[in-house]
Amino acid sequence: MPSKVEGWKDEVYGEEVREHLFEFAEKGWEAIPEDEHDAWFERFKWWGLYHQRNGQESYFMMRIGTPNGVLEPGQLKIVGEIADEYARGPVDNPEFGGAYCDWTTRQSIQLHWIRIEDVPDIFEKLEANGLSTIQACGDSWRNIVGCPVAGKDKHEHVDAWPIAEELHEEFKGNEAYENMPRKWKVSVTGCDEGCGQGDINDLAFEPAEKEIDGEETMGFNVRVGGGLSRKEPRFARDIDVFCTPEDAPKVSAGMSALFRDHGDRDDRFNARIKFLVDEWGTEKIRETLQEEYIDYELPTAGEDLREDYTYNAGRQDEHGDHIGVHEQPDGNYYVGLDVLVGRMGAEDTLELAALADEYGSGEVRLTQRQNVIVTDVPEDDLDAFLDEPLLEEYSPDPHPFMRGSIACTGTEFCSLSIVETKNRQVRYARWLKDNVALPDGIEDFHVHLSGCTASCAQPQIADISLRGMKTRKDGEPVEAFDIGLGGGLGEDPHFADWIAMRVAADEVPGYIQNVLAAYEAESADEESFREFIAARGPVHAQHEDDVVPLRRRGRYGRPADARPRRRHPDLGRRLIREHLRVRSDRRRYGVG
Amino acid sequence: MPIDVHQLDDGAWISVDDTREVNVGDLWWLARQDCCPCEMADFLAEGFVEVGVDPPAIEARIAGQCIACGASGVTSWLAVGRVIDGEFHAVAPESVHVPRRRTRLAGPE
Repeated sequence: MPSKVEGWKDEVYGEEVREHLFEFAEKGWEAIPEDEHDAWFERFKWWGLYHQRNGQESYFMMRIGTPNGVLEPGQLKIVGEIADEYARGPVDNPEFGGAYCDWTTRQSIQLHWIRIEDVPDIFEKLEANGLSTIQACGDSWRNIVGCPVAGKDKHEHVDAWPIAEELHEEFKGNEAYENMPRKWKVSVTGCDEGCGQGDINDLAFEPAEKEIDGEETMGFNVRVGGGLSRKEPRFARDIDVFCTPEDAPKVSAGMSALFRDHGDRDDRFNARIKFLVDEWGTEKIRETLQEEYIDYELPTAGEDLREDYTYNAGRQDEHGDHIGVHEQPDGNYYVGLDVLVGRMGAEDTLELAALADEYGSGEVRLTQRQNVIVTDVPEDDLDAFLDEPLLEEYSPDPHPFMRGSIACTGTEFCSLSIVETKNRQVRYARWLKDNVALPDGIEDFHVHLSGCTASCAQPQIADISLRGMKTRKDGEPVEAFDIGLGGGLGEDPHFADWIAMRVAADEVPGYIQNVLAAYEAESADEESFREFIAARGPVHAQHEDDVVPLRRRGRYGRPADARPRRRHPDLGRRLIREHLRVRSDRRRYGVG
Repeated sequence: MPIDVHQLDDGAWISVDDTREVNVGDLWWLARQDCCPCEMADFLAEGFVEVGVDPPAIEARIAGQCIACGASGVTSWLAVGRVIDGEFHAVAPESVHVPRRRTRLAGPE
């Protein structure tokens, strides 16, 4: 039997929701019948509006989808103006002030405290400037992600930006694909660094080459069924299909139609395509795609570039996260700026837009690490741009703990979350920066903090994974985290192993400190953190529930004169026992 | 009078008569439960997987984890509140609850 949500969608969904939304906006919040709140809130998601958590009645989060994270000249200013005028809460956030923008892990933008009465004005302003909230949430094509510097990257194999644009045009507002069984997340990337994060998307186009009719053809291999939510993480699976850039829309249409027709509409917990791939296997997926949805012979997969991937790849040689100054193929430069936990005040957003206009083309791009990139800066203007005071806050050369921090929305606004997230990760990052020395040569260290199992902060692909939990201290419930280690993407992606469960929030920084002390003391030269964990960690769990818990005894006592890093024999679990442990009477770090 | 009960936002809420009433994130003390070996599970509600009505009780099966032993599971049916005179009254999660297998079957007694 179709789920309740499917029933609501059958009545009204897709483009037509807008008409109702505007009617409610005109009449005011009270016009939404109380006994229809749930149905309308579900439908509003299609237009990017998500009702905030209980206690914040009548306020919405608004998500603006920016394909591939590209904000064309002038668009960031509009976003900043909208945030300043419409996204103000009743009280200031202690870290971020009264109005702010969140840059998300899917290269979108989120604003909070939006009133339904303001929606038509906001839509008018957005749409007059080429922006939209269409299908930013809900059961449909979500924002298309990819390499944030597509078209401006020296590492590019194929320029995927025109393809992302084409898919955005084709599938946003397309009636045939507007009502899917569940969300549909697509990544298309042509660079050889792997920063499109295709492995964690429902449908991924990743760069590849194939000889077709005697000619080397550049295009994409296709993967399907990735995703992180619900303690059921999956990497997207290779379905043995190569497609040219020209055929990407056909394959996209075929795959999304297959999901539309065969996805589970009875059980929303089982609806994502990752579960269909589990059930059918990749051969049946390919066969069905070919026979029922594609009108040409699908080529088999080409040769991929995965061995070159550097992005979040657990290597120390390159980090590929686009922070810093990088030359574009046209001789200009792009400058990636670190935005701690992806939240930027409205005033700073407007200032950034002005700087992008002054020094670059006005274009700004958003990354999947919640950061921003100013593109097209001429070499002669670089020094002046880098001297701007705003870049002291949003640095192109941040401390690794700042650079590596990601956090989701959390209990501040989100119903699903179990713990506070963004402000907490700000406190964690600052404490770690001030108190924990990273081993030499470590520029990348990813700490991803997610408030629940929905995994919006992508915790499973971080060096340190934090997932919101509860525990008790002195009998009282307190916020806590499950801690995972050693996750990441790259040629050989790996989900974090969940090592310590239900660590009270105020003890997490100390735990991280202990882990890093062990890494510094015991790792071999050039051994990355991920390699270190993989070599000595617990048996890699196939499922997150297969956790091998650490023994908890004795606090790691790091010697005053830390030992030099040395090459080591296989230490097996000794290291885990000796170093990655937490005392039962753990000391407080005062940064919960 | 019929009572409309369903889960929302990927199981984050139980809605009763179109009002969000019970949220994830609470710790529930569960006795005689079958999610873990603990005599008394200290169970973190992470998601509501099924909801139902056994008048006047509103019931749910909750996915979550016992924070005492770490075992994950889904509870049997558990009363999360009652509707009395059209008004929902939530139970207190911090008191002790006994989940049960559903006894009221579809057929008449």
